Amino acid sequence: MAIQTLDTPRTRPDPARALRDGAGRFLSRWGLVIGFVVLWQVASTLGWVSPAVFPPLDRIAVALWDGIASGALLDDIAISLQRAGTAFVAAVVLGIPLGLLMGQLPAIERALDPLLQLFRQTSALALYPVFILLLGLGETSKVFVIFWATLFPILLATIGGVKEVDRKLIEMARSYGATHLQVFRRVILPASVPAIFVGLRLSATTALLLLIAAEMIGANKGVGFQVMNAQYNFQIPLMFAAIFLLAFLGLAANAVLVALQRRLCRWSVTDR
Amino acid sequence: MTATALRGEVALRHISKTFTLNGQPLPVLRNLSLDIRGGESLAIVGPSGCGKTTLLRLLAGLERADGGQVLIDGRPVQGVGTERAVIYQEPRLLPWLTVLENVAFGLEVRGVPRSLARDRARRYIRLVGLSDFEGAWPRQLSGGMAQRVGIARALTVQPEILLLDEPLGALDAMTKLTMQEELERIWREENVTMILVTHDLEEAIFLADRVLVLSRDPGTVPRLIEVDMPRPRDRSEAGFVEMRRLLMAEFGLH
Repeated sequence: MAIQTLDTPRTRPDPARALRDGAGRFLSRWGLVIGFVVLWQVASTLGWVSPAVFPPLDRIAVALWDGIASGALLDDIAISLQRAGTAFVAAVVLGIPLGLLMGQLPAIERALDPLLQLFRQTSALALYPVFILLLGLGETSKVFVIFWATLFPILLATIGGVKEVDRKLIEMARSYGATHLQVFRRVILPASVPAIFVGLRLSATTALLLLIAAEMIGANKGVGFQVMNAQYNFQIPLMFAAIFLLAFLGLAANAVLVALQRRLCRWSVTDR
Repeated sequence: MTATALRGEVALRHISKTFTLNGQPLPVLRNLSLDIRGGESLAIVGPSGCGKTTLLRLLAGLERADGGQVLIDGRPVQGVGTERAVIYQEPRLLPWLTVLENVAFGLEVRGVPRSLARDRARRYIRLVGLSDFEGAWPRQLSGGMAQRVGIARALTVQPEILLLDEPLGALDAMTKLTMQEELERIWREENVTMILVTHDLEEAIFLADRVLVLSRDPGTVPRLIEVDMPRPRDRSEAGFVEMRRLLMAEFGLH
């Protein structure tokens, strides 16, 4: 019997190649966005599309800057964030505890589930006139319709998260003598966090979606109102400025939640 | 000395257990009686469905017998207890806790102050050779490492009885052999009663003082085989090979 040792010299890392790889990664992620922006600008300036409908990006940027510098758009952002934020916080404060409870008590979940499914499938926008009738055309009905639509993703995600917790982990904890409260605090709650975050991110998106719809009806302030209003007055650059602002708010909300999730779930590898 | 000699002693008295499968009663254990000495290492082998895991779950207090009694140190088992710890086939680590936190978990839920629990946990992490991984997350560990963490967690509560449910069943052949030697060493050093469910006959011979052979038909009387060989055992030695032949014959294999 012969034993041979295979010793191969190590290859050196190549800096030029690392740079190429980095540039490739950047382009594959952002290339299409850059292409889209460039296409818009070129198409609008050269008149391939009507600049009245798709103004060049520099004019949109100017409109955005003017709006922010004059403070007009800042007021709109403030009121919009207040509406969406109040509704979102209310949905979280109600949805997460209720979901944690319902996920653990099958009897309650069974009883409430048909009602929840019915509410969830009924478009919040269809119910908006009902809320206006009940709560008036003021802030309350706006916040409530956003709250209504925002509640279900977070509630259902939390219930799902609790129900999906690995029974084997619960049994393990019980075999070490953990009490019900300890099982909840140390196993069920942390295990549900990733699912809860999926719900939170879905809810944040929904909140912004409903915010705009609510502000298009009977509002005289807010980013959603500004989109409508600018279009009525044919201030198309301002309209696009407001739309981009909304997209940015959505991205920002998502980024905050992702950062929070990373902090709370350092143990898991889930990204984005 | 009589008081300590009693530690970790298990007595099964006329144990019966029947499950219901699709409305049909399925008896898995029938009138099983057995005495396990304190500090003994007992292996339970048998084909799947023979009730070996059920027996272990009865001992753990995770399941109740339909008839008969399980006595530990003379007291009947009422449920889970602090004098027993279970090691499962899957490591069952909490993914959101580090290795150190996982190992300290058993003590912490029993109300041991955190710093004390972690000091004790460190000792057993060292025993299973993972001191460099105290701060690692379970997802960063290999299967064998994760199982070692599970073993350390069980040892940290310093049980009298260690219940192992196919603990090495999911590991690759090489890791399995290493871990068998580690379990043997731990059993010798920690002075615990070890009850090991396995489907690996060599593992049973390597680790056990006695092997309980269950068959799928609960009507068949279980057999108890004494493994009288010096430790640590040599898997290639003639006595070992002969013992394996004997055990395989129990299942009609050769």
